[in-house]
Amino acid sequence: MTAATVGLEIDGRAVTVPADATVLGAAQAAGIEVPTLCWHEKVAVYGGCRLCVVEVEGRAGPRLVVACGYPVAEGLRVRTRSPRVDRTRRTILELTAPLVTDDACLKGKLRRFAEEYGADAGRFAAGAVPDPTGCTLCGLCVHTCAEVVGAQAIGFAGRGMDRQVVYFPDAGCEYRSCKKCFSVCFTGKIARESAATVFPGASIREWLAAHGVAVHSLRAFMERRR
Amino acid sequence: MPRLASVADLEALRERLRTAADAGRARIAVCTGTACHAYGCEAVADAFERAVAERGLAGTLAVRRTGCHGFCERGTWVAVHPEDTCYDRVDPADAGRIVDAVAAGAVAEDLVYADPVSGARIARAADIPFYRRQQRTVLGPNRWLDPGDIEDYVRGGGYAALARVLSGMRPEEVIAAVGAAGLRGRGGAGFPTGAKWEAARRAGGAPKWVVVNCDEGDPGAYMDRSLMEGNPHAVLEGLAIGAYAVGARGGVMYVRWEYPLATRNADRAIVQAREYGLLGERVLGTDFAFDVRVHRGAGAFVSGEETAMLAAIEGRPGEPSLKYVYPAERGLHGKPTVINNVETWANVPLIVERGPTWFGSLGTARSKGTKIFSLVGKVNNTGLVEVPMGMTLRELVYDVGGGIPRGRRFKALQIGGPSGGIVGEEALDTPVDFEALTAIGAMMGSGGIVVMDDTTCVVAAVRDLVAFCHDEVCGKCVPGREGMRLLRGWMDDICAGRADASVLARVPDVTEVMREASLCALCVTATNPVQTSLRYFSAEYAAHVEGRRCPAKVCPDLLEYRISAQKCDVACTACLQNCPTEGAILGRKGTRKQIDQEKCVKCGVCIEVCPTRFTAVAKFSGEPVPKAFRTVPA
Repeated sequence: MTAATVGLEIDGRAVTVPADATVLGAAQAAGIEVPTLCWHEKVAVYGGCRLCVVEVEGRAGPRLVVACGYPVAEGLRVRTRSPRVDRTRRTILELTAPLVTDDACLKGKLRRFAEEYGADAGRFAAGAVPDPTGCTLCGLCVHTCAEVVGAQAIGFAGRGMDRQVVYFPDAGCEYRSCKKCFSVCFTGKIARESAATVFPGASIREWLAAHGVAVHSLRAFMERRR
Repeated sequence: MPRLASVADLEALRERLRTAADAGRARIAVCTGTACHAYGCEAVADAFERAVAERGLAGTLAVRRTGCHGFCERGTWVAVHPEDTCYDRVDPADAGRIVDAVAAGAVAEDLVYADPVSGARIARAADIPFYRRQQRTVLGPNRWLDPGDIEDYVRGGGYAALARVLSGMRPEEVIAAVGAAGLRGRGGAGFPTGAKWEAARRAGGAPKWVVVNCDEGDPGAYMDRSLMEGNPHAVLEGLAIGAYAVGARGGVMYVRWEYPLATRNADRAIVQAREYGLLGERVLGTDFAFDVRVHRGAGAFVSGEETAMLAAIEGRPGEPSLKYVYPAERGLHGKPTVINNVETWANVPLIVERGPTWFGSLGTARSKGTKIFSLVGKVNNTGLVEVPMGMTLRELVYDVGGGIPRGRRFKALQIGGPSGGIVGEEALDTPVDFEALTAIGAMMGSGGIVVMDDTTCVVAAVRDLVAFCHDEVCGKCVPGREGMRLLRGWMDDICAGRADASVLARVPDVTEVMREASLCALCVTATNPVQTSLRYFSAEYAAHVEGRRCPAKVCPDLLEYRISAQKCDVACTACLQNCPTEGAILGRKGTRKQIDQEKCVKCGVCIEVCPTRFTAVAKFSGEPVPKAFRTVPA
């Protein structure tokens, strides 16, 4: 099965990749950069940041899909840059930026992409995020901890606007020697805040207490979670 | 009851039920749907049972607690069969007289349905305007069926479609019939059901699954709820037929936690079907094995999205994931899974029984069959209606709905819930049809219709819908989460008179990125109310933004309540007594009253309590204030 390959066209170039590849993988194999925030080669596809949108030809005309999760197919035609793609990426970056208005956070690839796509970090800043945390909720720390480290010491809590990253202190995190989450955090929030303790103020205990949930069942919950 | 071991057993049971000594009894069907529960239907049903028992009429008269009859505006609703005589707003005290009338073969003339529009008394359901234009092929059995009694369902022809499929149709033939009928998903998107089944049938992997989506969460919508409450066996029969067609062994009914009656009735239907050999190993003695369980949804709107629902059933957070590979190929536990809405499943036995040609004869070129809507808001006949596809929105509002109450003017219609559109008068001649509704910027959605009259502020209504989606998004993707956060803030600002033109200029950029790049349909379609209302009601937005006024006089921050010095009666203190804000109304008994605009919280109590013979209080929003209403300095 894995030996099978498919041929597709990316930005006018013919590319041949394994049949189970994604469009992002195919683009990378062809040396074409597609910007990503929440994607990482070592963790499963999440599809939350939406920055890797590309245009594919569909039956009803071209449409936008996220390259990180879109499976390749024989004869698929992909455009990684177009006015539509660029405009969408720019607005996504402008929506992401207010989460990290702290200048120290708007760095690395996020800053580079913002410059490349002409994103105005302040365009939606006014009144958008009441309290910028420096976290874009990309989930890389959560998934790295679970899938690479195998510790599941980091997770999401809350829904919608209340969504946040929380730390599970009972999960056996060896952060002083591990620090895998430090390195995947592109805003640098984890490393910057974690001199004394990881995820200050964001442990699941504090989250549960703040949401009026009894903490006594936490250990049992953690047991089940393993 | 022994398990039915063959199709012949089922038919023998049906024959026995139909010829039983009590089969010919007249039937008093008391609607015990959710709306009628609010009216106290259980007490009404108790009263009927007592009245029948006291008169010793149990041998000739049966009292049934049924699902929703649809005419929720006029509950508690009681229908007497076989004549289908209708009594509205029935009180427990009326039960004796209705029973006496039925026993005498007569009609209690002064208690039968009184039409709110014409005032006429109309006894027969077929003559009632609300029902006359409807075609209740799916909802119809709700009017006589006891949802807790599988034998009632069998007596009326139930499980004959499943028997027919198991005894003589190959799976491919079933799918071909559903495809030929043109059935499309009733959950909102209108995906061709036959194609979905076909994909699941062809997909590799086992065991395959079939799932009922009963996570209906649109505000004001209760179509699926009423079907699941009133006729759960029809859903179950459709599900079993689908399972046979795609080769599934297991089924899940995902019913939201907030629907306790639907959950209970679904549970009971499954237990009874197992007892009768309609679920389990060797269904009706054939090689077909299939069983179902109910999964109670934990209260997340987003779990109605297919991938989120599957995650929830698997025990993970109900969050959507990428859907480039459809659940039909890789769904529950990674196996091929067909997810259909309650109403879609309930249509399946009808298509098998009456044939795809019959089904295809209803509706428009591309939208076949009937559609159930919950018709609510500012309309005379609120309730649950089922009409053939192709009926226009105008016919729905005026012919079925009986028009706008209290002589007010139609203003807007919201169709498809918070994911649908808000359209104006000019869109009323649009037919109920998937493509036609999409073309006007709305969508069929699951079938919620909210009618608004000229006392409704469309901008405030959109704000409420946006607030709903804002509270219900999962927060996983950036366009959805941050886009909804912005839209919510902007809509609040517009309603509060805090927004300037630059806000309206930025709205399209945000709605565009949400439509283009959101992870799932929730945040793609959450932009529909904003986009359609900007198209149909741009002047109302402009009034809020440029004029800082609310033409419908609804948005509190843009209102002033004022008291006319000419009309205010010095002896009256109604407003003073009821105003919740200390010192907001100036004056006392013996003087004319005035409102201190600084202290007024715009609750509107004064306007409600001011006696109608004075009507001295009025709302103003930007228009010139007549001299009598101007506050005189104290």
